[in-house]
Amino acid sequence: MSDAFEPIIIGFTCNWCSYRAADLAGTARVKYPANIRLIRLMCSGRIDPTFVLKAFASGADGVLITGCHPGECHYIEQNYKALRRYLLLKRSLTQLGIEAGRVKLVWASAAEGVRLADEITKMVEQVKTLGPLNWPKWEGFFDDEIHSLVEIPEEVSA
Amino acid sequence: MSINGKPKFAMYWAASCGGCEIAVLNTHEKILDIDTNFEVVFWPIAMDAKYNDVKAMEDKSILLTLFNGGIRNTENEEVANLLRRKSQILVAFGSCASEGCIPGLANLSSLSDIFNASYQSASTVNPDNVAPKTSVSVPEGEIHIPAMFPALRPLDQVVSVDYYMPGCPPESHQISRVIDLVIKVISKEADLPPIGSVIGAGESTVCDECPRHRDVKTIKQFVRVQDIDKINADLCLLEQGIPCNGPASRSGCGALCPKSGAQCIGCYGPAEGVLDFGARMITALASVIESNEPSEIERILEGIPDPVGQFYRFNLANSLLRTGTAAWRNNASLKE
Ligand code: SF4
Ligand code: FES
Repeated sequence: MSDAFEPIIIGFTCNWCSYRAADLAGTARVKYPANIRLIRLMCSGRIDPTFVLKAFASGADGVLITGCHPGECHYIEQNYKALRRYLLLKRSLTQLGIEAGRVKLVWASAAEGVRLADEITKMVEQVKTLGPLNWPKWEGFFDDEIHSLVEIPEEVSA
Repeated sequence: MSINGKPKFAMYWAASCGGCEIAVLNTHEKILDIDTNFEVVFWPIAMDAKYNDVKAMEDKSILLTLFNGGIRNTENEEVANLLRRKSQILVAFGSCASEGCIPGLANLSSLSDIFNASYQSASTVNPDNVAPKTSVSVPEGEIHIPAMFPALRPLDQVVSVDYYMPGCPPESHQISRVIDLVIKVISKEADLPPIGSVIGAGESTVCDECPRHRDVKTIKQFVRVQDIDKINADLCLLEQGIPCNGPASRSGCGALCPKSGAQCIGCYGPAEGVLDFGARMITALASVIESNEPSEIERILEGIPDPVGQFYRFNLANSLLRTGTAAWRNNASLKE
Protein backbone atom coordinates (compact mmCIF):
# COMPACT_ATOMS: atom_id res chain seq x y z
CA MET A 1 0.00 0.00 0.00
CA SER A 2 1.42 3.36 -0.94
CA ASP A 3 1.61 6.17 1.61
CA ALA A 4 -0.53 8.27 -0.67
CA PHE A 5 -3.62 6.16 -0.12
CA GLU A 6 -6.46 8.47 0.85
CA PRO A 7 -9.50 6.41 1.77
CA ILE A 8 -13.03 7.44 0.95
CA ILE A 9 -15.26 7.16 3.99
CA ILE A 10 -18.99 7.67 3.86
CA GLY A 11 -20.36 9.05 7.11
CA PHE A 12 -24.05 8.90 7.92
CA THR A 13 -25.14 11.50 10.44
CA CYS A 14 -28.36 12.16 12.28
CA ASN A 15 -29.90 15.57 11.90
CA TRP A 16 -30.31 16.22 15.61
CA CYS A 17 -27.04 15.21 17.18
CA SER A 18 -24.14 13.98 15.16
CA TYR A 19 -24.71 16.32 12.20
CA ARG A 20 -24.77 19.19 14.63
CA ALA A 21 -21.61 17.88 16.24
CA ALA A 22 -19.93 17.92 12.84
CA ASP A 23 -21.30 21.39 12.23
CA LEU A 24 -19.99 22.54 15.58
CA ALA A 25 -16.57 21.15 14.73
CA GLY A 26 -16.71 23.27 11.58
CA THR A 27 -17.80 26.42 13.39
CA ALA A 28 -15.12 25.93 16.02
CA ARG A 29 -12.52 25.29 13.30
CA VAL A 30 -11.72 21.88 14.70
CA LYS A 31 -9.99 20.02 11.88
CA TYR A 32 -10.88 16.55 10.74
CA PRO A 33 -9.65 14.73 7.61
CA ALA A 34 -11.37 15.49 4.32
CA ASN A 35 -11.61 11.77 3.61
CA ILE A 36 -15.07 11.63 5.10
CA ARG A 37 -18.16 12.48 3.05
CA LEU A 38 -20.98 13.23 5.45
CA ILE A 39 -24.55 12.43 4.53
CA ARG A 40 -27.27 13.86 6.74
CA LEU A 41 -30.32 11.80 7.56
CA MET A 42 -33.08 12.60 10.02
CA CYS A 43 -32.06 9.82 12.40
CA SER A 44 -29.68 6.87 12.62
CA GLY A 45 -32.80 4.70 12.43
CA ARG A 46 -33.15 5.82 8.81
CA ILE A 47 -29.97 3.99 7.88
CA ASP A 48 -31.00 0.99 5.86
CA PRO A 49 -28.13 -1.54 5.68
CA THR A 50 -28.67 -1.21 1.92
CA PHE A 51 -27.01 2.23 2.11
CA VAL A 52 -23.88 0.77 3.65
CA LEU A 53 -23.65 -2.07 1.13
CA LYS A 54 -24.21 0.36 -1.69
CA ALA A 55 -21.42 2.59 -0.37
CA PHE A 56 -18.95 -0.30 -0.38
CA ALA A 57 -20.10 -1.55 -3.79
CA SER A 58 -19.67 1.97 -5.19
CA GLY A 59 -16.09 2.39 -4.03
CA ALA A 60 -16.11 3.47 -0.39
CA ASP A 61 -13.28 2.14 1.76
CA GLY A 62 -15.13 2.59 5.01
CA VAL A 63 -18.51 3.63 6.43
CA LEU A 64 -19.09 5.55 9.64
CA ILE A 65 -22.54 5.43 11.21
CA THR A 66 -23.34 8.06 13.79
CA GLY A 67 -26.33 8.99 15.90
CA CYS A 68 -27.53 10.40 19.19
CA HIS A 69 -26.38 8.78 22.41
CA PRO A 70 -28.48 5.90 23.76
CA GLY A 71 -31.62 7.28 25.33
CA GLU A 72 -31.33 10.55 23.43
CA CYS A 73 -32.70 9.70 20.01
CA HIS A 74 -35.30 12.24 18.96
CA TYR A 75 -37.45 9.43 17.65
CA ILE A 76 -37.31 7.64 21.00
CA GLU A 77 -35.41 4.44 20.32
CA GLN A 78 -34.47 4.32 16.67
CA ASN A 79 -30.78 4.49 17.52
CA TYR A 80 -31.10 1.16 19.33
CA LYS A 81 -32.49 -0.26 16.12
CA ALA A 82 -29.49 1.22 14.31
CA LEU A 83 -27.23 -0.45 16.88
CA ARG A 84 -28.79 -3.89 16.33
CA ARG A 85 -28.64 -3.52 12.55
CA TYR A 86 -25.05 -2.39 12.74
CA LEU A 87 -23.95 -5.37 14.84
CA LEU A 88 -25.65 -7.84 12.52
CA LEU A 89 -24.42 -6.07 9.40
CA LYS A 90 -20.86 -6.12 10.71
CA ARG A 91 -21.04 -9.89 11.17
CA SER A 92 -22.32 -10.30 7.61
CA LEU A 93 -19.65 -8.04 6.16
CA THR A 94 -16.89 -9.91 7.97
CA GLN A 95 -18.15 -13.16 6.49
CA LEU A 96 -18.06 -11.56 3.04
CA GLY A 97 -14.43 -10.61 3.62
CA ILE A 98 -14.93 -6.93 4.43
CA GLU A 99 -12.91 -6.29 7.59
CA ALA A 100 -14.87 -5.24 10.67
CA GLY A 101 -12.70 -2.11 10.93
CA ARG A 102 -14.29 -0.68 7.80
CA VAL A 103 -17.58 0.03 9.57
CA LYS A 104 -17.95 1.88 12.80
CA LEU A 105 -20.76 3.18 14.96
CA VAL A 106 -20.22 6.34 16.97
CA TRP A 107 -22.68 8.18 19.20
CA ALA A 108 -22.15 11.93 19.37
CA SER A 109 -24.28 14.64 20.94
CA ALA A 110 -24.65 18.08 19.40
CA ALA A 111 -22.05 19.37 21.84
CA GLU A 112 -19.41 16.81 20.99
CA GLY A 113 -17.81 18.41 17.95
CA VAL A 114 -14.30 17.77 19.17
CA ARG A 115 -15.00 14.16 20.04
CA LEU A 116 -16.65 13.47 16.68
CA ALA A 117 -13.73 15.04 14.82
CA ASP A 118 -11.48 12.83 16.89
CA GLU A 119 -13.46 9.69 16.04
CA ILE A 120 -13.40 10.59 12.35
CA THR A 121 -9.64 11.00 12.48
CA LYS A 122 -9.25 7.63 14.20
CA MET A 123 -11.50 5.95 11.66
CA VAL A 124 -9.55 7.40 8.74
CA GLU A 125 -6.29 6.17 10.27
CA GLN A 126 -7.76 2.73 10.81
CA VAL A 127 -8.96 2.42 7.23
CA LYS A 128 -5.60 3.69 5.98
CA THR A 129 -3.97 0.77 7.77
CA LEU A 130 -6.44 -1.65 6.20
CA GLY A 131 -5.72 -0.28 2.74
CA PRO A 132 -8.07 0.24 -0.20
CA LEU A 133 -11.12 -1.98 -0.47
CA ASN A 134 -11.30 -1.66 -4.26
CA TRP A 135 -14.59 -3.44 -4.71
CA PRO A 136 -14.80 -4.43 -8.40
CA LYS A 137 -16.77 -2.28 -10.79
CA TRP A 138 -18.38 -5.30 -12.39
CA GLU A 139 -18.92 -3.56 -15.71
CA GLY A 140 -16.57 -5.31 -18.12
CA PHE A 141 -15.00 -7.40 -15.34
CA PHE A 142 -15.72 -10.67 -17.07
CA ASP A 143 -15.03 -9.45 -20.60
CA ASP A 144 -11.66 -7.82 -20.20
CA GLU A 145 -9.96 -9.82 -17.53
CA ILE A 146 -11.52 -13.19 -17.84
CA HIS A 147 -9.00 -14.93 -20.02
CA SER A 148 -6.33 -14.64 -17.41
CA LEU A 149 -8.66 -15.93 -14.73
CA VAL A 150 -10.41 -18.98 -16.04
CA GLU A 151 -7.53 -21.45 -15.89
CA ILE A 152 -7.81 -24.04 -13.19
CA PRO A 153 -5.42 -23.00 -10.43
CA GLU A 154 -1.93 -24.45 -10.55
CA GLU A 155 -1.96 -26.13 -7.17
CA VAL A 156 -4.71 -28.55 -8.09
CA SER A 157 -4.00 -29.06 -11.76
CA ALA A 158 -0.65 -30.63 -10.86
CA MET B 1 -42.72 -19.94 -37.55
CA SER B 2 -41.60 -23.46 -38.22
CA ILE B 3 -42.63 -25.89 -40.94
CA ASN B 4 -45.66 -26.99 -38.96
CA GLY B 5 -46.62 -23.37 -38.36
CA LYS B 6 -46.12 -23.51 -34.59
CA PRO B 7 -43.91 -21.02 -32.77
CA LYS B 8 -40.64 -22.43 -31.51
CA PHE B 9 -39.82 -23.16 -27.89
CA ALA B 10 -36.48 -23.82 -26.21
CA MET B 11 -35.39 -24.58 -22.68
CA TYR B 12 -31.81 -24.69 -21.43
CA TRP B 13 -29.97 -25.40 -18.20
CA ALA B 14 -26.71 -23.75 -17.28
CA ALA B 15 -25.29 -23.90 -13.72
CA SER B 16 -28.29 -25.39 -11.93
CA CYS B 17 -29.46 -28.58 -10.28
CA GLY B 18 -32.13 -29.69 -12.75
CA GLY B 19 -34.99 -28.96 -10.39
CA CYS B 20 -36.43 -26.31 -12.72
CA GLU B 21 -36.77 -28.90 -15.45
CA ILE B 22 -38.53 -31.25 -13.03
CA ALA B 23 -40.87 -28.40 -12.06
CA VAL B 24 -41.84 -27.98 -15.72
CA LEU B 25 -42.51 -31.72 -16.01
CA ASN B 26 -44.50 -31.42 -12.79
CA THR B 27 -47.10 -29.34 -14.60
CA HIS B 28 -48.48 -32.75 -15.62
CA GLU B 29 -50.87 -32.54 -18.57
CA LYS B 30 -50.00 -28.86 -19.04
CA ILE B 31 -46.84 -30.10 -20.68
CA LEU B 32 -49.05 -31.31 -23.53
CA ASP B 33 -50.14 -27.72 -24.08
CA ILE B 34 -46.53 -26.86 -24.75
CA ASP B 35 -46.38 -29.62 -27.32
CA THR B 36 -49.71 -28.61 -28.88
CA ASN B 37 -48.84 -24.96 -29.17
CA PHE B 38 -45.11 -25.00 -29.75
CA GLU B 39 -42.51 -26.79 -31.74
CA VAL B 40 -39.82 -27.73 -29.20
CA VAL B 41 -36.57 -27.08 -31.03
CA PHE B 42 -34.02 -27.29 -28.25
CA TRP B 43 -34.31 -28.79 -24.78
CA PRO B 44 -31.27 -30.83 -23.82
CA ILE B 45 -32.89 -32.66 -20.92
CA ALA B 46 -35.86 -33.78 -23.00
CA MET B 47 -34.62 -34.27 -26.54
CA ASP B 48 -31.51 -34.64 -28.62
CA ALA B 49 -30.29 -31.44 -30.22
CA LYS B 50 -26.86 -29.96 -30.80
CA TYR B 51 -25.61 -26.42 -30.28
CA ASN B 52 -24.87 -26.38 -33.99
CA ASP B 53 -28.57 -26.93 -34.71
CA VAL B 54 -29.32 -23.78 -32.73
CA LYS B 55 -26.49 -21.87 -34.40
CA ALA B 56 -27.99 -22.75 -37.78
CA MET B 57 -31.36 -21.23 -36.86
CA GLU B 58 -32.24 -17.77 -37.97
CA ASP B 59 -31.84 -14.99 -35.43
CA LYS B 60 -35.02 -14.39 -33.40
CA SER B 61 -36.59 -17.53 -34.79
CA ILE B 62 -37.32 -19.04 -31.35
CA LEU B 63 -40.34 -17.36 -29.82
CA LEU B 64 -39.82 -18.41 -26.21
CA THR B 65 -36.73 -19.61 -24.37
CA LEU B 66 -36.82 -20.58 -20.72
CA PHE B 67 -33.25 -20.33 -19.48
CA ASN B 68 -32.49 -21.84 -16.10
CA GLY B 69 -29.17 -21.88 -14.33
CA GLY B 70 -26.52 -19.27 -13.65
CA ILE B 71 -23.43 -18.47 -15.69
CA ARG B 72 -20.51 -20.29 -14.11
CA ASN B 73 -18.32 -21.21 -17.07
CA THR B 74 -17.51 -20.27 -20.64
CA GLU B 75 -19.98 -22.78 -22.06
CA ASN B 76 -22.86 -21.29 -20.03
CA GLU B 77 -21.93 -17.85 -21.32
CA GLU B 78 -21.66 -18.96 -24.91
CA VAL B 79 -25.07 -20.63 -24.88
CA ALA B 80 -26.62 -17.64 -23.11
CA ASN B 81 -25.38 -15.37 -25.90
CA LEU B 82 -26.49 -17.82 -28.55
CA LEU B 83 -30.00 -18.22 -27.16
CA ARG B 84 -30.32 -14.48 -26.66
CA ARG B 85 -29.58 -14.01 -30.35
CA LYS B 86 -31.99 -16.69 -31.47
CA SER B 87 -34.90 -15.87 -29.14
CA GLN B 88 -37.57 -13.23 -29.20
CA ILE B 89 -38.49 -13.74 -25.54
CA LEU B 90 -35.79 -14.84 -23.12
CA VAL B 91 -36.97 -15.74 -19.64
CA ALA B 92 -34.59 -16.09 -16.69
CA PHE B 93 -36.34 -19.15 -15.35
CA GLY B 94 -35.92 -20.04 -11.70
CA SER B 95 -33.73 -18.68 -8.97
CA CYS B 96 -30.32 -19.59 -10.48
CA ALA B 97 -30.90 -17.68 -13.68
CA SER B 98 -32.68 -14.83 -11.90
CA GLU B 99 -30.39 -14.30 -8.93
CA GLY B 100 -27.69 -16.99 -8.71
CA CYS B 101 -29.31 -19.22 -6.10
CA ILE B 102 -27.32 -21.92 -4.25
CA PRO B 103 -24.57 -22.13 -6.93
CA GLY B 104 -24.05 -18.41 -6.29
CA LEU B 105 -22.92 -19.16 -2.74
CA ALA B 106 -19.67 -20.33 -4.31
CA ASN B 107 -19.04 -16.60 -4.81
CA LEU B 108 -17.80 -16.68 -1.22
CA SER B 109 -14.78 -18.76 -2.25
CA SER B 110 -11.81 -18.46 -4.53
CA LEU B 111 -11.54 -20.76 -7.54
CA SER B 112 -8.62 -22.59 -5.98
CA ASP B 113 -10.63 -23.27 -2.81
CA ILE B 114 -13.50 -24.56 -4.90
CA PHE B 115 -11.21 -26.90 -6.84
CA ASN B 116 -9.42 -28.00 -3.70
CA ALA B 117 -12.71 -28.83 -2.04
CA SER B 118 -13.81 -30.83 -5.07
CA TYR B 119 -10.60 -32.68 -5.85
CA GLN B 120 -8.45 -32.64 -2.74
CA SER B 121 -10.64 -32.53 0.33
CA ALA B 122 -10.95 -35.35 2.82
CA SER B 123 -14.21 -36.44 1.22
CA THR B 124 -12.52 -37.06 -2.13
CA VAL B 125 -10.43 -40.14 -2.86
CA ASN B 126 -7.95 -38.85 -5.41
CA PRO B 127 -4.53 -40.43 -4.80
CA ASP B 128 -3.23 -39.52 -8.26
CA ASN B 129 -4.16 -35.87 -7.81
CA VAL B 130 -6.35 -35.92 -10.89
CA ALA B 131 -7.96 -32.61 -11.76
CA PRO B 132 -9.63 -31.42 -14.92
CA LYS B 133 -7.68 -29.24 -17.30
CA THR B 134 -9.27 -26.75 -19.63
CA SER B 135 -7.28 -28.10 -22.54
CA VAL B 136 -5.35 -31.28 -23.17
CA SER B 137 -3.39 -32.60 -26.11
CA VAL B 138 -4.34 -35.99 -27.54
CA PRO B 139 -2.97 -37.60 -30.75
CA GLU B 140 -5.92 -36.20 -32.68
CA GLY B 141 -5.21 -32.65 -31.56
CA GLU B 142 -6.03 -30.37 -28.65
CA ILE B 143 -9.36 -30.77 -26.90
CA HIS B 144 -11.03 -28.31 -24.55
CA ILE B 145 -13.54 -28.26 -21.75
CA PRO B 146 -15.25 -25.09 -20.57
CA ALA B 147 -13.30 -22.91 -18.15
CA MET B 148 -14.71 -21.56 -14.89
CA PHE B 149 -15.27 -17.89 -14.26
CA PRO B 150 -14.13 -16.51 -10.89
CA ALA B 151 -17.74 -15.95 -9.90
CA LEU B 152 -21.21 -17.06 -10.85
CA ARG B 153 -23.47 -14.54 -12.53
CA PRO B 154 -27.22 -14.48 -12.95
CA LEU B 155 -28.35 -14.41 -16.58
CA ASP B 156 -29.03 -10.68 -16.75
CA GLN B 157 -25.43 -9.86 -15.83
CA VAL B 158 -24.48 -11.50 -19.14
CA VAL B 159 -27.27 -10.83 -21.65
CA SER B 160 -30.45 -8.78 -21.61
CA VAL B 161 -33.40 -10.64 -20.12
CA ASP B 162 -37.05 -10.05 -20.99
CA TYR B 163 -38.75 -11.64 -17.99
CA TYR B 164 -37.83 -13.14 -14.66
CA MET B 165 -39.56 -16.13 -13.22
CA PRO B 166 -38.36 -16.67 -9.66
CA GLY B 167 -38.49 -19.73 -7.42
CA CYS B 168 -36.28 -22.63 -6.48
CA PRO B 169 -37.87 -24.13 -8.40
CA PRO B 170 -40.82 -22.10 -9.70
CA GLU B 171 -44.04 -23.61 -8.41
CA SER B 172 -45.74 -25.75 -11.03
CA HIS B 173 -49.05 -23.89 -10.77
CA GLN B 174 -47.17 -20.66 -11.51
CA ILE B 175 -45.48 -22.27 -14.54
CA SER B 176 -48.89 -23.39 -15.79
CA ARG B 177 -50.21 -19.84 -15.44
CA VAL B 178 -47.30 -18.49 -17.46
CA ILE B 179 -47.72 -21.14 -20.19
CA ASP B 180 -51.42 -20.23 -20.39
CA LEU B 181 -50.55 -16.56 -20.68
CA VAL B 182 -48.05 -17.12 -23.50
CA ILE B 183 -50.55 -19.25 -25.40
CA LYS B 184 -53.13 -16.47 -25.04
CA VAL B 185 -50.58 -13.96 -26.30
CA ILE B 186 -49.92 -16.13 -29.36
CA SER B 187 -53.63 -16.22 -30.16
CA LYS B 188 -53.80 -12.47 -29.52
CA GLU B 189 -56.13 -12.81 -26.56
CA ALA B 190 -53.69 -11.22 -24.14
CA ASP B 191 -50.73 -8.87 -24.11
CA LEU B 192 -47.30 -9.55 -22.74
CA PRO B 193 -46.41 -7.77 -19.50
CA PRO B 194 -43.86 -4.93 -19.74
CA ILE B 195 -40.30 -6.05 -20.53
CA GLY B 196 -38.30 -6.64 -17.37
CA SER B 197 -41.29 -7.81 -15.33
CA VAL B 198 -41.24 -10.60 -12.83
CA ILE B 199 -43.78 -13.17 -13.98
CA GLY B 200 -45.28 -16.20 -12.28
CA ALA B 201 -45.02 -14.69 -8.81
CA GLY B 202 -46.68 -12.20 -6.51
CA GLU B 203 -45.80 -8.60 -5.83
CA SER B 204 -45.81 -8.67 -2.09
CA THR B 205 -43.90 -10.63 0.56
CA VAL B 206 -44.21 -14.19 1.83
CA CYS B 207 -45.33 -12.71 5.16
CA ASP B 208 -48.27 -11.27 3.30
CA GLU B 209 -49.34 -14.73 2.17
CA CYS B 210 -48.52 -16.37 5.47
CA PRO B 211 -51.49 -17.30 7.68
CA ARG B 212 -49.44 -17.13 10.92
CA HIS B 213 -50.39 -14.18 13.06
CA ARG B 214 -47.98 -11.57 14.31
CA ASP B 215 -48.10 -10.15 17.81
CA VAL B 216 -45.21 -7.72 17.42
CA LYS B 217 -43.42 -9.90 19.93
CA THR B 218 -39.69 -9.59 20.41
CA ILE B 219 -37.24 -12.34 21.25
CA LYS B 220 -34.17 -12.90 23.42
CA GLN B 221 -32.79 -15.85 21.50
CA PHE B 222 -32.71 -17.26 18.00
CA VAL B 223 -33.29 -20.98 17.66
CA ARG B 224 -33.08 -23.47 14.86
CA VAL B 225 -36.40 -24.95 13.92
CA GLN B 226 -35.08 -28.48 14.52
CA ASP B 227 -34.05 -27.58 18.06
CA ILE B 228 -37.51 -26.57 19.25
CA ASP B 229 -39.70 -29.05 21.06
CA LYS B 230 -42.98 -27.60 20.07
CA ILE B 231 -43.58 -24.93 17.48
CA ASN B 232 -46.60 -22.76 18.07
CA ALA B 233 -48.82 -23.58 15.10
CA ASP B 234 -50.35 -20.14 14.72
CA LEU B 235 -47.71 -17.64 15.75
CA CYS B 236 -45.21 -16.07 13.34
CA LEU B 237 -42.03 -18.13 13.32
CA LEU B 238 -39.81 -15.07 13.58
CA GLU B 239 -41.60 -14.13 16.79
CA GLN B 240 -40.74 -17.59 18.11
CA GLY B 241 -37.07 -16.90 17.43
CA ILE B 242 -36.87 -18.95 14.24
CA PRO B 243 -35.06 -16.88 11.63
CA CYS B 244 -37.66 -16.73 8.87
CA ASN B 245 -36.88 -14.96 5.60
CA GLY B 246 -40.53 -14.19 4.85
CA PRO B 247 -40.22 -10.39 5.35
CA ALA B 248 -37.77 -10.02 2.44
CA SER B 249 -39.06 -12.73 0.10
CA ARG B 250 -41.35 -12.33 -2.86
CA SER B 251 -44.75 -13.90 -2.59
CA GLY B 252 -45.99 -16.43 -5.09
CA CYS B 253 -45.33 -19.77 -3.44
CA GLY B 254 -48.35 -19.51 -1.16
CA ALA B 255 -46.12 -19.45 1.95
CA LEU B 256 -45.68 -23.22 1.70
CA CYS B 257 -42.79 -23.47 4.17
CA PRO B 258 -44.10 -21.36 7.06
CA LYS B 259 -47.50 -23.05 6.62
CA SER B 260 -45.85 -26.39 7.28
CA GLY B 261 -43.84 -25.13 10.24
CA ALA B 262 -40.52 -24.47 8.49
CA GLN B 263 -38.97 -21.04 8.07
CA CYS B 264 -39.07 -19.33 4.69
CA ILE B 265 -35.61 -19.60 3.17
CA GLY B 266 -36.24 -16.97 0.52
CA CYS B 267 -36.28 -19.02 -2.67
CA TYR B 268 -38.61 -16.62 -4.50
CA GLY B 269 -35.99 -13.92 -4.28
CA PRO B 270 -36.32 -10.34 -3.07
CA ALA B 271 -39.80 -8.84 -2.84
CA GLU B 272 -40.75 -5.94 -5.09
CA GLY B 273 -38.66 -2.90 -4.18
CA VAL B 274 -36.07 -4.83 -2.15
CA LEU B 275 -32.67 -3.88 -3.53
CA ASP B 276 -30.66 -6.19 -1.35
CA PHE B 277 -32.22 -9.24 0.23
CA GLY B 278 -29.71 -9.42 3.08
CA ALA B 279 -30.09 -5.77 3.99
CA ARG B 280 -33.84 -6.21 4.30
CA MET B 281 -33.40 -9.28 6.49
CA ILE B 282 -30.87 -7.53 8.71
CA THR B 283 -33.46 -4.82 9.28
CA ALA B 284 -36.19 -7.38 9.94
CA LEU B 285 -34.16 -9.42 12.42
CA ALA B 286 -32.87 -6.28 14.15
CA SER B 287 -36.42 -5.29 14.93
CA VAL B 288 -37.38 -8.51 16.70
CA ILE B 289 -34.36 -8.59 18.98
CA GLU B 290 -35.37 -7.52 22.46
CA SER B 291 -32.30 -5.80 23.79
CA ASN B 292 -30.55 -2.44 23.71
CA GLU B 293 -27.34 -3.70 25.30
CA PRO B 294 -24.45 -4.30 22.88
CA SER B 295 -23.14 -7.35 24.74
CA GLU B 296 -26.55 -8.95 25.04
CA ILE B 297 -27.34 -8.21 21.38
CA GLU B 298 -24.08 -9.91 20.44
CA ARG B 299 -25.07 -12.94 22.50
CA ILE B 300 -28.44 -13.12 20.74
CA LEU B 301 -26.73 -12.78 17.35
CA GLU B 302 -24.67 -15.87 18.12
CA GLY B 303 -27.93 -17.61 17.24
CA ILE B 304 -27.35 -16.61 13.60
CA PRO B 305 -24.03 -18.44 13.14
CA ASP B 306 -23.97 -18.09 9.35
CA PRO B 307 -25.45 -14.69 8.49
CA VAL B 308 -24.48 -14.76 4.82
CA GLY B 309 -25.97 -18.24 4.40
CA GLN B 310 -29.08 -17.08 6.21
CA PHE B 311 -29.53 -13.83 4.27
CA TYR B 312 -28.09 -14.63 0.85
CA ARG B 313 -28.84 -18.31 0.38
CA PHE B 314 -30.44 -17.56 -2.99
CA ASN B 315 -29.38 -14.05 -3.69
CA LEU B 316 -25.66 -13.53 -3.18
CA ALA B 317 -24.79 -13.28 -6.88
CA ASN B 318 -27.50 -10.68 -7.32
CA SER B 319 -26.87 -8.74 -4.12
CA LEU B 320 -25.31 -5.29 -4.13
CA LEU B 321 -21.87 -6.78 -3.48
CA ARG B 322 -22.38 -9.91 -5.65
CA THR B 323 -19.51 -11.90 -4.11
CA GLY B 324 -17.28 -12.10 -1.08
CA THR B 325 -13.77 -10.74 -1.44
CA ALA B 326 -12.30 -14.26 -1.87
CA ALA B 327 -13.83 -14.56 -5.35
CA TRP B 328 -11.82 -11.68 -6.76
CA ARG B 329 -9.20 -10.38 -4.38
CA ASN B 330 -6.47 -12.90 -5.04
CA ASN B 331 -6.59 -12.50 -8.76
CA ALA B 332 -3.48 -10.43 -9.37
CA SER B 333 -4.68 -9.03 -12.67
CA LEU B 334 -7.60 -7.36 -10.91
CA LYS B 335 -5.51 -5.36 -8.52
CA GLU B 336 -5.05 -1.75 -9.40
S1 SF4 C 1 -41.78 -14.10 9.23
FE1 SF4 C 1 -42.19 -16.15 8.37
S2 SF4 C 1 -43.65 -17.07 9.79
FE2 SF4 C 1 -43.63 -14.86 10.23
S3 SF4 C 1 -45.32 -14.03 8.99
FE3 SF4 C 1 -43.45 -13.87 7.75
S4 SF4 C 1 -43.43 -15.76 6.52
FE4 SF4 C 1 -44.88 -16.10 8.21
S1 FES D 1 -32.55 11.38 16.13
FE1 FES D 1 -30.39 11.11 16.32
S2 FES D 1 -30.27 8.95 16.27
FE2 FES D 1 -32.41 9.20 16.20
